[in-house]
Amino acid sequence: MDEKKKSKGLPKKERMKIPRTPMPEQDPKERSRNFSEVPLGYTPEMAIKEATRCLECKKPKCIIGCPVEVKIPEFIGLIAEGKFIEAAWTLKETNALPAVCGRVCPQETQCEITCVTGKKSKPVAIGRLERFAADYERAQGKMQIPEIAPPTGKRVAMVGCGPAGLTCAGDLIKLGHEVHIFEALHAPGGVLVYGIPEFRLPKAIVNAEVDYLIACGMKLHLNTIIGKMYTVHELMEEENFDAIFIGTGAGAPAFMRIPGENFANIYSANEWLTRINLMRAYEFPACDTPIHRGKIICTIGGGNVAMDSARTALRLGAEHSIVVYRRTRKEMPARDEEIHHAKEEGVEFHFLTAPLEYSADDEGKVTEMRCIRMELGEPDASGRRRPLPIEGSEFTIECDTVVVAIGNLANPIVPDTTPGLKLNKWGNIDADRETGATSIPGVYAGGDIVTGAATVIEAMGAGKVAARAMHEYLTKSETAATT
Amino acid sequence: MHEITYREVITPDVFLLKIKAPVIARKRKAGQFVIYRLHEKSERIPLTLADADPDEGTITLLFQAVGKSTMELGTKKAGDQILDVVGPLGKPTHLENFGTVVCIGGGIGVAPLYPIVQAMKDAGNNVVTIIGARTKDLLILEDMVKAASSELHICTDDGSYCEKGFVTDRLKHLVEQGVKPDLCVAIGPVVMMRAVCNMTREFNIPTVVSLNPIMVDGTGMCGACRVTVGGKTKFACVDGPEFDGHQVDFDELIKRQAAYLAEEKTAREKWTCESGQ
Ligand SMILES: Cc1cc2nc3c(=O)[nH]c(=O)nc-3n(C[C@H](O)[C@H](O)[C@H](O)COP(=O)(O)OP(=O)(O)OC[C@H]3O[C@@H](n4cnc5c(N)ncnc54)[C@H](O)[C@@H]3O)c2cc1C
Ligand code: SF4
Ligand code: FES
Repeated sequence: MDEKKKSKGLPKKERMKIPRTPMPEQDPKERSRNFSEVPLGYTPEMAIKEATRCLECKKPKCIIGCPVEVKIPEFIGLIAEGKFIEAAWTLKETNALPAVCGRVCPQETQCEITCVTGKKSKPVAIGRLERFAADYERAQGKMQIPEIAPPTGKRVAMVGCGPAGLTCAGDLIKLGHEVHIFEALHAPGGVLVYGIPEFRLPKAIVNAEVDYLIACGMKLHLNTIIGKMYTVHELMEEENFDAIFIGTGAGAPAFMRIPGENFANIYSANEWLTRINLMRAYEFPACDTPIHRGKIICTIGGGNVAMDSARTALRLGAEHSIVVYRRTRKEMPARDEEIHHAKEEGVEFHFLTAPLEYSADDEGKVTEMRCIRMELGEPDASGRRRPLPIEGSEFTIECDTVVVAIGNLANPIVPDTTPGLKLNKWGNIDADRETGATSIPGVYAGGDIVTGAATVIEAMGAGKVAARAMHEYLTKSETAATT
Repeated sequence: MHEITYREVITPDVFLLKIKAPVIARKRKAGQFVIYRLHEKSERIPLTLADADPDEGTITLLFQAVGKSTMELGTKKAGDQILDVVGPLGKPTHLENFGTVVCIGGGIGVAPLYPIVQAMKDAGNNVVTIIGARTKDLLILEDMVKAASSELHICTDDGSYCEKGFVTDRLKHLVEQGVKPDLCVAIGPVVMMRAVCNMTREFNIPTVVSLNPIMVDGTGMCGACRVTVGGKTKFACVDGPEFDGHQVDFDELIKRQAAYLAEEKTAREKWTCESGQ
C-alpha cells in the first residue's frame, strides 16, 4: 500500500495543504437563460490534483457515509495515478449509476461530511471525482460489459424504470436472471428524466446508463402501466414472472388544498418539470407540448424540487422567479449547492412566508397569491422548528404562474390493483428494510414508493438490497422445486 | 410502434382509426381511455376508446380534429405508425343492473358513449339512448348506437335531422312522458354535460359524466387533470374519468381546459401552414 502512497509523491502534511479544487461552471447570467449543464466538470489535471488531497485513510470514514458503500479511497487513488477507466470500473462495482450520483447525490450530508480532511480544511470533493471518472469512461466509449452468470431460467419483472428499478435490474442480470423492466412513461429513467432538469443532469447520461443495461440483456418495455395493462398478480400468473420488484416512485403530487389552487397556470412541480424536461415544452412550438411562460413565477417549497422548478422558471424567461418558503434558509431541505446556484442565477426568496389563497382573472388564470408571514416556534416531530402564522401579517404577491413543490405522495395505481399488498398509513408499500420483501411472497419493493420521496442513492440502495434477497428467493425456490 | 390498420373519414373533421394494440384491445373496459404520442415531438393526447377487437388485436379511436395534434393524427393513413399508445387508462364504468339507464351523447361524445351503451345493455339494463349534434352531417355512429340500445332518440340543434333541439329537450320530453331513469350517463361538450346535470338534478336522477381535462402523463403523477368534485380535488386520469355529475365544478373545468388556447392557436396555424393542410 505504500507503493500507492509513494505514487502521489507527497507526504500527508503537504497533501492537507492543497486547497479543494473548485469546479468550473457556466457563468450565472448566461446559464440562467439556457438549459445546458451548469457545472462543467474537472479536467484530468484538476481531477488528479483533487484526488491527491485524499489521505487514503486506513479506516475510511467517507465509506460509512455512503449508502451503497462505494470504495471511495480506492477509486480516488486510481484517479491520482491517472488510471481513470479503472477508477470508473471500481465505482461500478458498487454503484451502477456513478455519472448520475456524482451529479445529484447530497455528498455534503453523506460521504463528504464524514471525510477526515473536512475537519481541518474542506473535505475531498468525492462527488466531483466520481462524476469525472464516470464521464471519462463514457467519453472514451470504454463501457465494460460485466461478466454475466449463466442463465438461471428465472424471469423477473421490474415495475418502474427509476433508479431503484434500474439498480435492481442491473444486479439481477449479472446473476443470470432474465430481467424485464416495465415503465409507464415513454422514456426510461423515472425522476432522472422527467423531474431533474437537463442543466443539472443531462438526459444523455441517463440514456447511456439505460443503454448499458440493455446491452447487458435487460428487456425494456415502455408505455406499460402495471396495474392497468397487467396487474402484479397477472405478471406472476399469466406472464410467468418468478419474482417482481416494485419501484414505482413517489409520483403523486401533493397540493396545499387552499382556495384557488386549481386556477389555470398553477402547476404541481411534477407537471411543470415533466412538461419541460420530458416533453420539451421549452422548445414549443417546435415541440407540441405547451407551457405558460409567465413573467412572475412563484414556486412554493424549499426542497430540491423547488430549486429545480425556480431555476427552470428563469430559463423559460421569467422576469422574477420567486421561492416562497414557510421556514428559513437554515431549514431548507434542498442541497446547499442548489440553493447557492439558484441565488447566483437570480432566484428571489421569500422566507417565513406561506400562501393562503389565490386570485384569478375572468379567464380563471392566477393573478396573485395572498400570503401570511410566519415565525418559528417549538421544534416539531421532524426536529425542525414549527412555522406559526403571525396574525394580521397578510400580504399579496402578484404572480402569473405558480409551481407547487411541497412534496409527493404515494401513487395509488399499483396498491389499488394488488390485493394483499400491505401498505403503511401514508399509503407507501410496507417492505422489509433488510430485504425489500413485501406482504406478498416473491414481490419486493424499494425506493420512493416505500420510503416516500427521498434520494437517488437511497432508491439505488433499496434496489440493491432487494436484488440480493430476490436472488436468494429465486435460487432457493429452484432447489425446492428440484428436490 | 403501433400500426394503423384501418381509417375512415366519418365527417370532414371526424376520423375513425383502428390501431394495432393487442394487449389494450384484450384488457380495456367500457369507459377507459388511451394516451397516444404520434412522434418524438408530439404531445401526449388522451382519447377515449370507442371500441376494440380482441381477436384482431385492434382498438378503435374516433376523434375530431380540433387541435394540431388531432389534425395531424387525422392525416395518418392505414399502414402508418403511431409512436406510443399507452393504456387502458382510467377507471372503467361502474356497471350493474340499475333498471333504466338513459345514455346521452353529444357531438364527438357519442364515440366514448358507445361502449358504455353496449356494456349497460349487457348488464341487463333498459338502455334509452339520446344522441345529438349541431347538424346532420356531424352526427356519428347512429347505426351502431341504435343496434346497442333498447331505444334511440336523435336530435340536431338546427333540426336538419330528426327532432330539432338539444339533448336536454329530449330528456325532458321523455321524463314528462313517463320514462323513469334510474341512472343517466352523459358524455359530450362540457356545456352539454352541465346542462344535462342541471336538469337531472331537478328530476333527481343520479348522473355520471366522463370528463376530459388536459392531461400529461395519465398516471396520476402530474395533477394537470385535476377537477373539483364535491369540493375535493380529484385527478381525472386515475380517479375518473367518470364522476358524479351533480358534484362536478364544470365552470372550473371549462377554464382549465382553456388554459392553452393561445398556444393551441399558434401550433395549429404553424402546422396548417407547414403541412399545407
Ligand atoms: C425535481 C426533483 C429533483 C430531485 N433532485 C434530487 C437530487 O438532487 N438528489 C437526489 O438524490 N434525489 C433527488 N430527487 C429525488 C430522487 O429523484 C428520487 O428519490 C428517486 O428518483 C427515486 O427513485 P425511484 O426509482 O424510487 O422512483 P422514480 O425515479 O420516481 O421512478 C419510478 C418510475 O416508475 C414509473 N412507474 C410508476 N408507476 C408505474 C406503474 N404502475 N407501472 C409502470 N411504471 C410505473 C414511473 O413512471 C417512474 O419512471 C429529486 C426528485 C425530484 C422530483
Ligand atoms: S475520509 Fe476523505 S481523506 Fe479519508 S479516504 Fe475518504 S475521501 Fe479520502
Ligand atoms: S394527467 Fe397527470 S395526473 Fe392525470
